[in-house]
Amino acid sequence: MSDTSFVRLEMLPGREPPANKTGVMRWLQENLFSSWLNSVLTILSAGLIIYSLNFLLSWAISPTWNATSLANCREILHDIGRNGHFTGACWGVIRERWIQILFGFYPSELYWRPILTLMLLFVALSRILFADKVPHQLIWLTAVYPFLMPWLLWGGSIWVPVSVATGLTAGFYTYVLVSRNSSSFAALLATIAVALFWVIWAGGQFADALSSLVLIELEPVASRKFGGMMLSVTIGVVAIGFSLPIGIVLALGRQSNLLIVKALCTGFIEFIRGVPLITLLFVASTLLNIFMPPGTEFDIIMRVIIMVTLFASAYMAETIRGGLAALPRGQYEGADSLGLTYWQSRRLIIMPQALKISIPGIVSTFINLFKDTTLVSVIGLLDPLGLSTAIRADADWNGIVWELYGFIALLFFIACFSMSRYSMYLERRLQTGLK
Amino acid sequence: MRRNIEKIAALSLLAAVGIAQAASAEGTLDLVKERGKLMCGVTTGVVGFAAPDANGEWRGIDVAICRAVAAAVLNDPQAIEFVPTTPKTRFTALASGEIDLLARNTTWTFSRDVDLKFDFVGVNYYDGQGFMVRKELGVKSATELDGVTICSLAGTTHELNLAEYFRVNDIDFEPVPMDNNAETQQQYLAGACDVYSADVSALVAQRSSFANPKEHMILPEIISKEPLGPLVRHGDSEWADVVRWTLNALVAAEELGVTSENLDTVTASSENPEIKRLLGTDGNLGEQLGLESDWAKRAIAVAGNYGEIFAANIGEDTPIELARGLNDLWTRGGLIYSPPFR
Amino acid sequence: MTTSMSAPQKPFRLSMLIYDTRYRSKTIQIAALIGFFCGLGWLIDNTVTNLSVLGKEPSFRFLTEEAGYKINQKLIEYTAQDTHLRAAFVGLLNTLLVAVLGCFTATVIGVVVGVLRLSKNWLIARLMTIYIEGFRNVPLLLWIVFIMAILVETLPAPSAFRGDSPAASMILGDSVAISNRGIYVPEALFSRSLGDISLFEGTSLQFEVSLDLVAILAVLGLSIWAAKWLGTRADRIQETTGKRPTTWYIQIPLIAAPILSLLFTLGFHLGLPELKGFNFSGGTHIRNSLLALWLALSLYTGAFIAEIVRAGIMAIDHGQTEAAAALGLRPKRIMSLVIMPQALRVIIPPLISNYLNIIKNSSLAIAVGYLDLTGTLIGITLNQTGRELETLLLGMMVYLTISLGISFAMNWYNKHVKLVER
Repeated sequence: MSDTSFVRLEMLPGREPPANKTGVMRWLQENLFSSWLNSVLTILSAGLIIYSLNFLLSWAISPTWNATSLANCREILHDIGRNGHFTGACWGVIRERWIQILFGFYPSELYWRPILTLMLLFVALSRILFADKVPHQLIWLTAVYPFLMPWLLWGGSIWVPVSVATGLTAGFYTYVLVSRNSSSFAALLATIAVALFWVIWAGGQFADALSSLVLIELEPVASRKFGGMMLSVTIGVVAIGFSLPIGIVLALGRQSNLLIVKALCTGFIEFIRGVPLITLLFVASTLLNIFMPPGTEFDIIMRVIIMVTLFASAYMAETIRGGLAALPRGQYEGADSLGLTYWQSRRLIIMPQALKISIPGIVSTFINLFKDTTLVSVIGLLDPLGLSTAIRADADWNGIVWELYGFIALLFFIACFSMSRYSMYLERRLQTGLK
Repeated sequence: MRRNIEKIAALSLLAAVGIAQAASAEGTLDLVKERGKLMCGVTTGVVGFAAPDANGEWRGIDVAICRAVAAAVLNDPQAIEFVPTTPKTRFTALASGEIDLLARNTTWTFSRDVDLKFDFVGVNYYDGQGFMVRKELGVKSATELDGVTICSLAGTTHELNLAEYFRVNDIDFEPVPMDNNAETQQQYLAGACDVYSADVSALVAQRSSFANPKEHMILPEIISKEPLGPLVRHGDSEWADVVRWTLNALVAAEELGVTSENLDTVTASSENPEIKRLLGTDGNLGEQLGLESDWAKRAIAVAGNYGEIFAANIGEDTPIELARGLNDLWTRGGLIYSPPFR
Repeated sequence: MTTSMSAPQKPFRLSMLIYDTRYRSKTIQIAALIGFFCGLGWLIDNTVTNLSVLGKEPSFRFLTEEAGYKINQKLIEYTAQDTHLRAAFVGLLNTLLVAVLGCFTATVIGVVVGVLRLSKNWLIARLMTIYIEGFRNVPLLLWIVFIMAILVETLPAPSAFRGDSPAASMILGDSVAISNRGIYVPEALFSRSLGDISLFEGTSLQFEVSLDLVAILAVLGLSIWAAKWLGTRADRIQETTGKRPTTWYIQIPLIAAPILSLLFTLGFHLGLPELKGFNFSGGTHIRNSLLALWLALSLYTGAFIAEIVRAGIMAIDHGQTEAAAALGLRPKRIMSLVIMPQALRVIIPPLISNYLNIIKNSSLAIAVGYLDLTGTLIGITLNQTGRELETLLLGMMVYLTISLGISFAMNWYNKHVKLVER
């Protein structure tokens, strides 16, 4: 018997996989050419991308950065042999006006103020947005910021915001002290009394007295000088800042079981959400002064901020209501079973959780609001878009279109895109927190 | 987290307190003096009439009126807040007291003066609505424009004039109403409308900034009278007088040969009684207006007399190249005329 | 169970309004109501005082006065001698037109892009992401003026169609002209027309309904209903006998024959646009302003809807897909039979709020000179009459009515399709 066996005794080395199943080829096949339909789509979209990139780049790369007018641009392009309509962009307008598009007519020697305000805004928000990464002491900056911001932007005496802050603190401590010694209702009355006293008489006196003692002031800048991107950011940030507390109150009101309060809140929210923002801006520009007592003077930026705040409040209320509705019923019932009063349960248990859930919604509300600030150009304020028409009215730049629109679009895109990415990050972070 | 949000909410609620400043019901002149600056409504940008330059300085013939008034009242041509207004927002801005004076190439009409309750204090540019077309269209007169598409500004007298003129002449057109000059011009240059209709001054000004101004022509027909001038709120005659006579002072200065160059020498040496009254070296005209005696001198010192302002902003030596025409002095066959300073 | 003890009947004191929970809520509500009316009264009082200072009496009489301005796009008869009310009505119809068109195309774009974004094809998925992020992160107003600029600057002017060797020419057998004044398409004409029926005769709101259109729609509806009935009957037969009778050769003529014969009786023919004088005449003119607004609204809102669709599809448990695949369904059928019906429940509420956004955002029409409600009533009419208060109030009320109407209808619908959760 020969010693043959049909079973291999030693292992064979593994073979290389076929060329089209590894590396680049495999990736290409799986992701781009998995079926004939996919292949057609891939080729079509690749063609589209190449064509538009080619067109855009050949237009955008043009040596016109130092041009002083559109005619000058045309000369420069003509000299290098590019004639016709879309042969090259005219970047001179951006070189000459980019600062104006960012800051409007804000005095150029004071640019540090809006820049500082913006930086401080990030620092003030960091305690909320990146709670786990920054020192706890920053909360003081967050508290001071609402008073610091107007002072930095509008200037004037430092004692005005200080006086407002003092009045606030006084009211708060009045409430605390009185409510310890008597009922909360009496405390509320006392607080209102203190606040009224402060607003009507003492606050102004206090600020004047301090100003006469020590004069610390920044050069005042009128709202008119605000323009460009800075105006958009100011309107957006202030409106969102104020709309947050108003929105919370409205959301609670809409959820409450007090029929009349509920009806009033629902009515307000639905009214604001049912009309276009542009009509509210028209109201701001034409009617708000008619609604106020004779002789009241708000400047237009203030009026727009008021209207945009009301507008944002309604949307904010709906966002927060979503957060309230997303809380499990057990949280409400648990709070009630502990014997907490309505306000205690809202303050200690419901609101913190609901707001945490709503943060992504709040961010997206802010993004939408920030985009909507461009509408103020329709009522003649010079936001970036309004400025673009003013720039095009200049004899030098008459007839410029794409460069300005593109630049403004890019600014908005950078701002909004980074915010939306941040809100996605938050959502992921919060999701893990809930599970 | 929770405490933060609480604090921020609490603090920002009350930061809103105390923004409004109630003003007592006094005249605009006192208000302006008290405020220390003039609120002046202008356009959002028309070449030569009002537009901000790269430094944010407003320039133009309408802006010059504001500067003259600010100089006369506050002795500082820079003490102005320019409030850009659209055709839609301009009247409410004035009516609601947001601005003290509207110098925004606004046409003086019956209904605006009477129904909308404004006072037009004079005319700083006599204009008329016209048509601009491309020469290649081969049109020689507005009556040949049957079936055209016309771009014009929304919210002005133009759309009413157009509808009327075409109806009277029994021809048809399609309107394209736009919201601002830049957009309107873009439409016209791209050929999205055949005709650009606006005040002739604006048409010429815009044409000057085209790449090939020679390819466009203004048709001979002027279909309306558009006296453009500054206006103030109805019912405050003292303030209206201040603006009216500041404008007149600029015109009178040109009539009397007072310019920004010779202002000081004329003030010192002129023997002409009217010049002396005008410049405040004689009489008390300023006091009667509630201003200092050299009010008119200051107004003239800003940018010169009416003729100089015209020449510097829209005249023959600027890219806009507008001829004086109707806006020449009455002594040279125009309509610009100042009542006597006496 | 507790034995309920009725609270001891104390005599009523004023302080109970605050401390007694039975009364407290009533007190708060009454206070809120009083506060609200005080505030409202204060505002109204201020308004009346200010208006009397300005010498303006609030009145709506201006609505019956002559408007004096022309409107380029009108769905109903309108001339410059008509009243302001009629001009506003023309504007309202224009608002509704662009909103309906926008909602439709935005939905189509949104669904296609949303599904494609989940595509396995890497390039397509990335491209869709770029589109979505690009449109979502730039203000709509900017898109509107931008798209308008593209239409105006890149398309040929009507003069380019003129001459012996024109630079541009009409397409589809000289029936469609794409110019920078808009697109001219053929219109339907009837040589033996039934005429129009006039509604609200003699008022500002008078408008004509074409009887031809009514007839066509009625015939079409009837024949489709008949074809459907045939289909369901075939279903029933299939269920009972297991054999499905072929119905298509009856269904197709059933739909086509009546409508074709009706069109023949009415003398249907196309009116082609042709270049006459300065402009194209004849045909239907879809203006640039409408196109720019429509495109911008659709693309912008489409990006949002795409995200909603994607989220709706992702919200469906993967087990559903696997179960369907285990039953042997093909991927396309899984999508249409299993995933989409469930995803729709998630998709519809935010979809509706996007529709409302389209209606509200259509008010940006003034940026491109499209005369909608905001362009007419709150625009030119406000300006020519100086009646800010009245026009704004009226305009806001109209928008509010539309929004609330849609909201109510949708809430009702939502209640009916809600999953019964256990």
